[in-house]
Amino acid sequence: MAPVVDTLRLTAEDAIGLVQRGDVSAGELHAAYLEAIEERDGELHAYLRTVEEADGASIPIALKDVISTRGVETTAGSRILEGYVPVFDATVAARCRAAGLTLLGKTNTDEFAMGSSTENSAWGPSRNPWDPALVPGGSGGGTAAAVSAGLAPWGLGSDTGGSIKQPSALCGNVGLRPTYGSVSRFGVVAFASSLDQIGPVAKTVRDVALLYSIIAGRDRCDSTTVELPEEVRLPEDERVDGLRIGVPRQLADLDAIEPGVRAAFERSLELAEELGAELGECDLPLSYRYGMPCYYLVAPAEASSNLARYDGVRYGLRTEADTYDGMVERTRDDGFGPEPKRRIMLGTYALSAGYYEAFYGQAQKVRTLLIREHREALEPFDVIATPTSPAVAFPIGDKAADPLAMYACDLLTIPSCLAGLPGLSIPCGLSDGLPVGLQLLGPQFGENTLFRLGHALERALGFDTVPERLR
Amino acid sequence: MSAWEPVVGLEIHVHLKTRTKMFCRCPVGFGAGENTQTCPVCLGLPGALPVINRRAVEWTIKLGLALGCEIRGHAVFARKHYPYPDLPKGYQISQYDLPSCVDGKVILPSADGDREIGIVRAHLEEDAAKTVHVGGRTGRIGGADYSLIDFNRGGTPLVEIVTAPDIRSADEAKRFLQLLRQTIVELGISDAEMEKGALRADANVSVRPAGSNELRTRTELKNMNSFTFIARGIEAEVERQVGVWESGGEVRQETYDFDAASGKLTPRRAKEEADDYRYFPEPDLVPVEPPAELVERLRGELPEPPGARIERLEGTLGLERSSVLVTGGLDRLWEETVAAGAEPVQAANVIANALMGAGVDPGSVSATELARLVDARDRIPRAAFDEAVSKLGEPGFSADPYLTQEAVSDESELEPVIARVLEANPGEVEAYRGGKDGLLGFFVGQVMKETQGKANPRVVSELVKAKLSA
Repeated sequence: MAPVVDTLRLTAEDAIGLVQRGDVSAGELHAAYLEAIEERDGELHAYLRTVEEADGASIPIALKDVISTRGVETTAGSRILEGYVPVFDATVAARCRAAGLTLLGKTNTDEFAMGSSTENSAWGPSRNPWDPALVPGGSGGGTAAAVSAGLAPWGLGSDTGGSIKQPSALCGNVGLRPTYGSVSRFGVVAFASSLDQIGPVAKTVRDVALLYSIIAGRDRCDSTTVELPEEVRLPEDERVDGLRIGVPRQLADLDAIEPGVRAAFERSLELAEELGAELGECDLPLSYRYGMPCYYLVAPAEASSNLARYDGVRYGLRTEADTYDGMVERTRDDGFGPEPKRRIMLGTYALSAGYYEAFYGQAQKVRTLLIREHREALEPFDVIATPTSPAVAFPIGDKAADPLAMYACDLLTIPSCLAGLPGLSIPCGLSDGLPVGLQLLGPQFGENTLFRLGHALERALGFDTVPERLR
Repeated sequence: MSAWEPVVGLEIHVHLKTRTKMFCRCPVGFGAGENTQTCPVCLGLPGALPVINRRAVEWTIKLGLALGCEIRGHAVFARKHYPYPDLPKGYQISQYDLPSCVDGKVILPSADGDREIGIVRAHLEEDAAKTVHVGGRTGRIGGADYSLIDFNRGGTPLVEIVTAPDIRSADEAKRFLQLLRQTIVELGISDAEMEKGALRADANVSVRPAGSNELRTRTELKNMNSFTFIARGIEAEVERQVGVWESGGEVRQETYDFDAASGKLTPRRAKEEADDYRYFPEPDLVPVEPPAELVERLRGELPEPPGARIERLEGTLGLERSSVLVTGGLDRLWEETVAAGAEPVQAANVIANALMGAGVDPGSVSATELARLVDARDRIPRAAFDEAVSKLGEPGFSADPYLTQEAVSDESELEPVIARVLEANPGEVEAYRGGKDGLLGFFVGQVMKETQGKANPRVVSELVKAKLSA
């Protein structure tokens, strides 16, 4: 049977139109995507598992495997959660269900969302649809690869230091990391609680905005959420006259930014100017100097605490031993991969008595400075623009043995995460035939402005989100 | 011994009887089937997040106010990490360096005037689950065949109260705890029943030469599940420490378990390394910042504190009787009984001894009928009085049928019985004549027994006294 739709090019908005007009049923659409998965996911490994039956009346969605789904195994890419089937839906999953979306499957992720390549998944890496020899980025490489290869119209990821924006950039998608506190974390396997945010990945800015409107808003089950101060607006404008864009002066000195990435970035700035935006320079000196070390204290410290619950007692993997302590030790030794182990050790050290003030306490102070620095930098501007990732997709295995090189992938995404600010990544061109991401940062709850600029640029850029080899 | 002064501080845990748990909406309560009062939050399932129980916070503030504490406008929950299967998240959520209540004091009326016991802090936290270790000899997880966990208790709101080391004797510790317990009960925030574990107290004990201000190494006493055991435990530990110092030794910082059966203290096996709880602010929660109006509203709801009531009654009844009445929750009945015409001291004795001895719920007693019984106590037979008291709690109780009975006061009827009793107990008679006045009660009791409680004890007492001094 030939597929009823071409999933490669179908946006979520168009798919919703097809279902609403009755051109296809929710079940037929679901089946069409399953067929595409069948055809292409053997190579890409974007999914850890799929759901056969459509359980809603609207279009399908892919959820990163850190998002709890009632009755569907949720492992967070870790062996220690093998066989764990949640008895409850994460709030974001429940909101998707309430909107009629059908769960297509759970997508691959670096173990506990720790990584920038999806190579740290206990279930094997995902591959980049633009070139299967390359990583799709991470930790949400599964969702990004799925959307890029037409294996899902859209999906949800989680972002702690860049896990939505960076893979979106490397796979040529649009991804939003929302303002901290705008989307519920309830039911999302925790990595670093003060940084984790859930956000949409799709082919267009309008799709991202639509999905954001479905999941955002206060949740009684997550005390850190608030009601959005204004409604989400689906962007329509072709021009952005008078919109002020700041470009950090410090980008010029960052050697990590590849020339091809820099060129695509600068071209999109020129385009923004043509659309009516006013460009200027801003300053984020502390962010690029201290953002990484600050993040690699805060995130592992919180991770070491959040991962303390995986002890083999109640769910997931258990490796038996003669004593309780022995059972816990062996379970964790078998269940956690090298990256979680590394971060648990780092974080445990950073929180230990006598070191707290020097490490975690100090990092929190730096964080306060970064919040202030972003606020000041954004005062004369509506948006700050940078490349999302300093580099395009790299070969699988290239950085696997060098954690610091891997951590450097998130150099440009991390500082605004520490500041709790929203960031939108849109594809802005190719470098050596691979997608480059443009990162747009705004003030707290500035998502509508990011959507407006992103949408206008997206139209002007005319980037083809379908990987060349699949066209 | 008198050259040494005990220095004691207490750490008290109180279960709040909120309808739901500290961070989820599972019901709090005893007796439900194992693991039936659980949810993703209190089971620590991946992704579950805590939400603060508003009522638990309000009750903690209320307790803090009753203990004279300053209520902080900014309190923070932290994560306290330790690995144990009864702690499903691997950490306990507890207020730490920024607790809700600090710097309070409690006035403890004492024989030698008011004593002031400082309250360092009162903070809110969640309780751990209950573990049962099956098999093995130690009753601990190491060596058990297997362990069972009941998460029903996990996540129950718990207030920890820490006193300053201001307590100077085992008796004072006991009286402080009785007063605290009554304060908590009257606030309506906990049943504070030790036997159910709703109130638990640990004691930090050290000794020092009387008159000095130094603080010597302290030990911690745990697992004492009644006020009496706490007093006994402290007494035993004070004695032990004095022995150690006097024999030229040095008290080491240790934790002891009190064994109620033997009355002995056993040191816990020392750990190889010190605990490191790796505290940090709980990122899943926002700070607790109660508005000033709320704190003032709660302050306005406080009842008159029991300590103040003891002081009020002390002039009439003496410290001992006032304390028993107030900490037993009996003073209101006493006041009503006195208002109904009863003699105050007699009424206090009847309520504290006869009524409590009979296990009558003071809340169900008619003060008017009680006052009539107190008044008739010496006139009617003891047996009739005791029976009447035991029935005081019954609905519609009337003292009438008992008041018409007369105790035997006729000397000619009593004399032969007294003679028989004295004849049968020559040893006691000799001891009494040798100066043991306390035996008078024994003789009266024997006569009461012989007459099946019909004799008038006051008359018997006079007659026995006259007879023996003859």
